[in-house]
Order: sequence, then C-alpha cells, then structure tokens
Amino acid sequence: MKPFREFLIFERSRPGKIGCPLPELDVPEIDLTESLPEMVRDELDVFPEVSEVEVVRHFTRLSQWNFGIDQGMYPLGSCTMKHNPRINEAMAALPGLAGAHPLARPRHIQGCLALIHELQTYLSDITGLPHCSTQPAAGAHGEFTGILLIKALLDHKGEKRTTVIVPDSAHGTNPATASLCGFDVKEVPSDERGCVDVAKLAQMIDDQTAGMMITNPNTLGIFETHIREIADMLHAKGAYLYMDGANMNALVGKTKPGDMGVDVLHLNLHKTFSTPHGGGGPGAGPICCTAELAPFLPKPWVTQLEDGSYTWQHDCPDSMGKVHGWYGQFGVLVRALTWILTLGREGLVRHTEHAVLNNNYLRKMLEPHYEIPFKAPTLHETVFNDKRQQIHGVSTMDIAKSLLDYGFHPPTVYFPLVVHGALMVEPTETESRGELNRFARALIDIAERSASDPESVRNGPLTTQIQRADETTAARYPVLRWLPEQKES
Amino acid sequence: MYPSEYRYTKDHEWVKVEGDFAMIGITDHAQHQLGDIVFVELPEDGSTFSAGDEFGTVESVKAVAEVYMPITGEVTEINEDLEERPELVNERPHDDGWLIRVRITDPSELDELMDAEAYESFVEEESK
Amino acid sequence: MKYLPLSPKDKSEMLEFIGVSNIDDLFTSIPKSLRFDDALHVPKAKSEMEIRAHFEELAQQNTSFRARFMGGGAYAHFWPVVVDTLSQRQEFLTSYTPYQPEISQGTLQYLFEFQTMMCVLTGLDVSNASMYDGATATAEAVLMASRLKRKRSRVLVSEGVHPYYRQVVATYLSNLDLTLETIPCLGHLTDLNALETSLGNDVCAVVVGYPNFFGAVEPLQKIAEMTRAQGAMTAAVTMEALSLALLKSPGSQGADLSVGEAQSFGNPTNFGGPHLGFFTCRDDDKRQMPGRICGQTVDRNGVRAYVLTLNAREQHIRRAKATSNICSNEGLCALRATIYLTAMGKYGLRELAVQNHAKAMFLKRQLGNINGIFVTEDPIFNEFTIKLDRPASAVLDALEKRGIQGGVDLGRFDSTRDNEMLIAVTELNTRAQLDAYCQAMEAVL
Repeated sequence: MKPFREFLIFERSRPGKIGCPLPELDVPEIDLTESLPEMVRDELDVFPEVSEVEVVRHFTRLSQWNFGIDQGMYPLGSCTMKHNPRINEAMAALPGLAGAHPLARPRHIQGCLALIHELQTYLSDITGLPHCSTQPAAGAHGEFTGILLIKALLDHKGEKRTTVIVPDSAHGTNPATASLCGFDVKEVPSDERGCVDVAKLAQMIDDQTAGMMITNPNTLGIFETHIREIADMLHAKGAYLYMDGANMNALVGKTKPGDMGVDVLHLNLHKTFSTPHGGGGPGAGPICCTAELAPFLPKPWVTQLEDGSYTWQHDCPDSMGKVHGWYGQFGVLVRALTWILTLGREGLVRHTEHAVLNNNYLRKMLEPHYEIPFKAPTLHETVFNDKRQQIHGVSTMDIAKSLLDYGFHPPTVYFPLVVHGALMVEPTETESRGELNRFARALIDIAERSASDPESVRNGPLTTQIQRADETTAARYPVLRWLPEQKES
Repeated sequence: MYPSEYRYTKDHEWVKVEGDFAMIGITDHAQHQLGDIVFVELPEDGSTFSAGDEFGTVESVKAVAEVYMPITGEVTEINEDLEERPELVNERPHDDGWLIRVRITDPSELDELMDAEAYESFVEEESK
Repeated sequence: MKYLPLSPKDKSEMLEFIGVSNIDDLFTSIPKSLRFDDALHVPKAKSEMEIRAHFEELAQQNTSFRARFMGGGAYAHFWPVVVDTLSQRQEFLTSYTPYQPEISQGTLQYLFEFQTMMCVLTGLDVSNASMYDGATATAEAVLMASRLKRKRSRVLVSEGVHPYYRQVVATYLSNLDLTLETIPCLGHLTDLNALETSLGNDVCAVVVGYPNFFGAVEPLQKIAEMTRAQGAMTAAVTMEALSLALLKSPGSQGADLSVGEAQSFGNPTNFGGPHLGFFTCRDDDKRQMPGRICGQTVDRNGVRAYVLTLNAREQHIRRAKATSNICSNEGLCALRATIYLTAMGKYGLRELAVQNHAKAMFLKRQLGNINGIFVTEDPIFNEFTIKLDRPASAVLDALEKRGIQGGVDLGRFDSTRDNEMLIAVTELNTRAQLDAYCQAMEAVL
C-alpha cells in the first residue's frame, strides 16, 4: 500500500481548530500592557490550527515515509544500526528518572547519581581506562572533550603544543574537532593495508605534536595492529593518543583500549550500546581516560561518600570546565545502562562476536561480486566499492538507490574518503542469517543487473515516496522554512 | 578547449591578462571535478592577496574547494552574477563564470604559470 | 541472548562458510598481547523483570515533591499524550540521520516544520535542525559570530546568562584566540553602562539572556542597538522557549542570533538531558551556521521533497575547516517539540504562555506581601528572583519538609547572592499550590 500524500502541517491549518485545550486560568487575569509594557509580540503567524485527529494523522503518515531498524536491516557502516530494545525506552521514561530536575539538591537525586556512577564503572571496565565522564552529548562532543582534556594536561605541564595528527581515513569529525580545539591538523596517510602508515607517522611526530586521533578498528573495519607501537611512539615524544570509539562494538570484551596505550577515548552509546538514533539524535559520547588525565575531566564529578551516598563534586581545581549545560544526556545513559545490565558480562562478549561473525559471513557472500579495495581481515564492517560496476556505468549512488527497491536501507556511501566510490557495510549482531542472506541476494542481484541491464539500476529507486531528490537545487536556492505564499491548494 | 591566451596554475585556476588587470577563474577541468556548483564565496573589493593565497571557495553539493591566487594583486571587481547563478561556473567556466578581476602587482609572476598546452598535459598526467 | 537471532546451527554453518573453525579465528587481527580473555566486571545478565526492579529502585531513591517551583534552565511543563505515542513510533525512533532522502521524508519534513516554527518564534530567517543543548548552542553562536566578524577577538557575555552556559562558552574558547569578558548585572539586569564601556570595534559578540538567568526580561532592543553601533553581533540566549510565544521575538528586537533551550516544548527535564538546543540566524549568515539544516527541493518527478542541505559547511565535507564538528543533533527531542507545538497550535501556545506569566506574576505579588521577602519590579515571564532576609538554602530546606521544591538557591553560583532564590511557575502549578507556597513561606519566615 502506498503511503498517503501528506501536506505540511501549516497547509492543513484552518482557523478555529484546537488540538490541546488548556484548563481555565485559576489566578486573576493579567493586564499585559501593565506587566510587560511594549514587550508583547504579535500573534504566532504561520503556527498551525489543527485538531488532535490531524496531529495524529499527520505524524503517523510522516512516520510511514521513514525506514527504521524495526522494519529491516539498516547496514549503515560506522553507524552501527542495531536493535533498539523497548525496555531501554521504558526505563528512561520512568517518571522518577525522566522527571528529575538537574538543579535538585544531591540528597534528592541519589538515584540519578547512583545510576551515572554505576554506568561509569562499567564503561571504565569495558575500556580498561579507570576514569570516566558522561558529560559529552555525542561522539563528536566526546572527541572535543577528549582533545581539550589533553590540552588541559599539556597546559598544566607548561607545554604549548600546536598540532594533532589524524589519519586520512578518519571521520570528518576528527579533523573538525582538532581545529575547533585550536590545533593545526596534520594528516597521516594509510598504508597499502589500509592502516596508519607507521613509518610516515614516525616522521611526523615532533615536539609540537599534542596527540593523535585514531579510530580502532578503523573506518575500513580493520584493526590497527600497530596501535601499541603508535602509542609508544607518541608517548616517547610527550604526545597522547586519543581513540575514536565509534567502532568499539567490534572490541567489547575482546580487548581493552587501556591495554593498547590509549590515553583517552569516547564511546558512542547510540552505536555500541544500542540507544536509538532518533533520526539524528540524541546520542551520548562519554569519555574514559587514564589516571594522568583524570584531574582535568569536565566538572562536576559524581563521587561516592564514605556513607555510601553520592554527591556532585564541584571543587575540581584542574578541571577543563564544563562542556554541556548540565551533566550530559542522562536519558541516553539510562538506556545504555539497561543494555549493559540486560546483556551482562557474557552477553557483551557474545554480541561482539556475533557482530564480527555476521560481517564476515556477509563479506564472504559479497566478495565474488563486489571489489574490496583493502583486503585485510575486517572485524565488524567491510568497505566495498563500485569498481566492477563502474565498467557498466553504474555507480555507488545507483547501487544504493536501487537497494531501496529491495526494502533495505543502503550502506554508508562515499566514505571513507580513502576508497573511491566506497560502500561501507555493517550488518551488526542483531541480524538473523535469513536477513543477511536476503540482503546479500539483493546486492548480488544489483551486481548482475549492472552487467545485464545497467539502465535499470541507474533508474532506481522506483518504489519510494520520492525518487532522487534534487540536492543541487536545494543548495543553490535554499528554501529552509515554509512561508505562507508557498501554500499549496 | 583551454583558451590559448590564458595562463594556468597547478591548482586549476586560469588567468586572462587585460592590460594592467587580470580576470581569474577556475578551469573547465576543475568545475567538472567538483560537479554542480551551488555557492561561490569571494573576497571583498579592494582586498589584496599574494600569489598562492586562498581568496575564496567554490562549493558543490558534496565537495568544497579553495581557490588560490595565481598572481599577486588587488581585487577590483568580483563576479556578482555568481550570487544568483553559481551554475555559470559549470556552464561557462572560462568566461561568464569568472570569479574575480585584479590589478596586477608584478607581471613577471605570469611567467611562472603554464600555457594552455602545458596545462592540458598536466591535467592528463594528473588523472592517470 | 534475546537480542541475538543466530541459532547454534546457523553459527557453525556460517563459520564453516567463512572457512574458519571457531569465532576466535575472526579476531586474529588483534595481536595476542592485546587480547583480553578474563571476564568483565559487569554483573551477570538480568531478565527484564530484574531490570525493571533495578531501575524502579533507582527511581525511588530520587525524592518526589508535591509541588515543584524549580527552573533555572530546565522547566517542568505539561504535554499531551500524543507527544509520547507519536514520537515513540519506531520509524522515527529507530532511524538514522536522514542521509537517504527517499526513505527519510518523515524525519526531513518534521525538521522543516520544526525549523519553520523556530523561525517564527525567534523572528529570524533560518533555523538549524537542533543542537545538543542551550549551553552548547550559545558557545556555537559565539564561534559563529567570531567567524563572521574576523579580526575581532573579544566576546562580552552578560552575568545574566546562566552561569553554566558561561562556563561552557569559556571551555569552547579556551584554546582559541578569543577572550571572554563578563558584563556584570545591576540587580538582575545587565549593567548597560558597563556594557557601553566594554564595547568597542574589537568585540565580535555580545551575549545576553532573554529572559535572563534571574528571570528578568532584558531591554534587548537597546542592547542590540548598542552592539550594532560597534559592528558586533548580538546573541540572545533563551532558556525558557515558551517565553518566545509572548515576548517580542529576539529577531524583531535586533538580535542577530537567537539560541537557547527548547526543552519546555514537549520534553521532560530528564535530569539535564537530552534537552533541545535551538539555533537561528539571519539569512545572510546562514553559510556560517553549525549543524544540520533541512531544505525543500523537488525529486526527479517534480514532487516536493526535503533533503539535508548546505552540507559543504559540515565536518563530513569540509573536515578541518568545517563550521563545527557537530554531527549528531537532538532529532527525537525536536520531533517531540514539533508534535507539541502542532498540538498546542497558534492560540494554544500563546494562551499557555499568558497563563504561565499570569501565575508567576500572581505568586510574585503574593510573596512580595510577605515580611522578609523582597521582590523587584523587573519585567518577567514565568520565573523571578526574590531576596530573603536569610540564606535561601535554609528556606529551601524548610519548604522541602513541606513537600515543596521551592526553587533554586542562587548562592550556589555566586556567594554574594546567598539570600536570593529563583522561582519558576508553570501551568503545572495550580492555584492550590501557589497558595500553599505562600502559606509555607509565611510559616517559615
């Protein structure tokens, strides 16, 4: 059944309709010209007037134009689209937790503080890094916090270092973070295996190097086998190693970043720990670090007192300051803790194993049909490209769009930048063998059609609500809000 | 394809000399690499740049490129048509899609640049 | 392992197909010396029943109050149940950032609607699709102003901006060539003489609260005029977005950037997060904006469609030269806000704002009649600061014993304000609660 056409809510609006009546005012009415002289605005032009029925229909219909992980496989590489359990949602919505006020006094929020403390303990255990801050609001925000943490330590040591090294395969957030933190970015190339070129890196590290940001396993899904050596090289020159933990779901319970020589890393709770992506957020990006960096963590800290109760410690003289208005994405922390406790110590390891197993199974099925530019073994994801399809004039974009007609979300496309026409596939552990098989069959079918009938692949998608949106016009002549004159009849 | 009277840089800018002044733009090869151009950011009139300085950016949907001064000069005019029609850089890169006009500071710098033939073989070499 | 759909048979056949004998063979790329073979210290797996018990126990360790008057940047409001039911639809909840517009029109269209409503509320031209929270939105606004006003390196922030927001701004600027100066308040409003003295042609941004941290409505138009005269940008920071349904919009008062916190729109206080940072600016400045932006276009058949646009600003394209490193936003919170604003509608939202204001004014006047409480005549929306004849913390203790979470002790941010208390009133505070509050105060003082 094709979803309904749904107008913008502003176009559905008709004067006089009410969606949510209020109780009568139970205090005396107020004369606004007295209480707010010259300060009151005109009416909210454009705002809709609709009944509750139309509110429900509108957002239900919009939802039907979306694709979510509950519908099927969502193999967006690096984004880790795994099952989002509903018990996590229910726990985050408990009124005692969701209704807690961030300025409530510590004795009134013992549950919240205990919960944060508990999660921090587990994240430290999982990463092998003894200290944790749950304040960063997302992965990139964790990167920002981590790099400023290194900066705060260097300041404390009286050292002024100016550069941060980032691999050419890194997420765009890494170089963006380093420059947001005021550092110059130096890019280190990948070697023929797809890993950091250690020889080139050795030449780049000098007394100006504050640190290096590395994703492990990297964005090709390959474990950086020389990571310990890289950490030692950096440490020998007084620099620090930041790990982007976007791919930590390949490592939980198998290896600990603390043992690799990592000084600080962030975790994406919305990836590894299953909290929902919500169409773009909220995420949460806690960081874990060594004892050397701990004094500089964002304040306030949760601490446990001798009587077993918890409190905020605001007196943190060396702290880098605050990075979030409050204490981070508490509601996301609740969901992640639910996931960790549900899986338990055994389950966390099994999940890692299944993520890697599913990826390698899929890789094996797809290998005969799609080029893998970097052949090294992969853990949780594999990067293919369109080299064999390009011969027939079919591009990665065509493959991605055609997949939509098979009922799957496409993989991440055109990233990492070290692969031309990249197709980055990450199945995650929560896919069944049947789903993996169906997905592989779809991609194989597209590969075959690329040779036999390339035009049909270039024409995809044919079954979606809209087909190949014109992004050039959107950027050239931006229309970023609705205006009444746009009204459709 | 590349006008013979122009001079070219390795960063894919072109220069057309008109007396004491020069027009500057990006080459057909460059616009092709970028794809559909959606926005061009240019400096203010009167600003001066040395050869090799970044003087603006050219954005497509999926990429962004800095543009660099082929020679030292003072900007005397910018192509205001690009504000409304950035696609001119795609459609007519070597004339209507020009970016800036500058007053030339040191004409000898022009000798450092490639002629059309040299640029064409440079592009060929680069895309191998 | 309820979330793992492979059967033991699947597993062994898949390993065989791959050509390895056991799972461990898939991890050989991790050097042996780095392998960790002990058990984690996480407890054993819990059933859903045990999980529920654990979290309910934690929730019970928090104190619940009969009446709450706590604001200071996070506000408890009512929202209709459709906000919960619709925002929990899996197609919204479990989807990613809308990279593939063909199967993300739902997310993209509500973002377009959200942007439109934020533009109306703030009186500015362009809104992004949300930021982490009000504090980080404020910091990003300062950075944006510094990009637009290159070569100007001073940032002036009013003492009337939430102290935590000011701390976040300070962190964001800590390794950049920008200096942060605080403009003091006289009483509860920004000291305009001090502002005038500090302003100069090296200032890129002036940041003021609207309403400010003390609940007072700043003379934004005057401040924006002074700022503009020096060629700098005004950023208005609003922590209670509902106030924008009643007060003149920041854009109409001359603010160049309107940022802040829209948690009030359909989102719980959540112990501080997730909240909903918002960010709006003028059309001319849009290419320096941080964050995702949704735009309207057409598809190949001419059908109206929405996409993420102006991407060349962002980290995935411009990398080290991006306008920000931000990637995730608060999409689901923005969805809740959009549903909420739609349900409240044009007149409902306005009426709600008026009710909040009327109730706050009522309580303020009643409290002003009590001996030992001093109130000012500063204009307010739904929050105000009172001065007591003794430390606010002691008064709060006494109110709490009566089941009332009475407000925020300002002494915790500034020891010279030990006797001051910030009180927020929303539609959730009934007349009976307001009367009870006054009676309790009279008994305590």
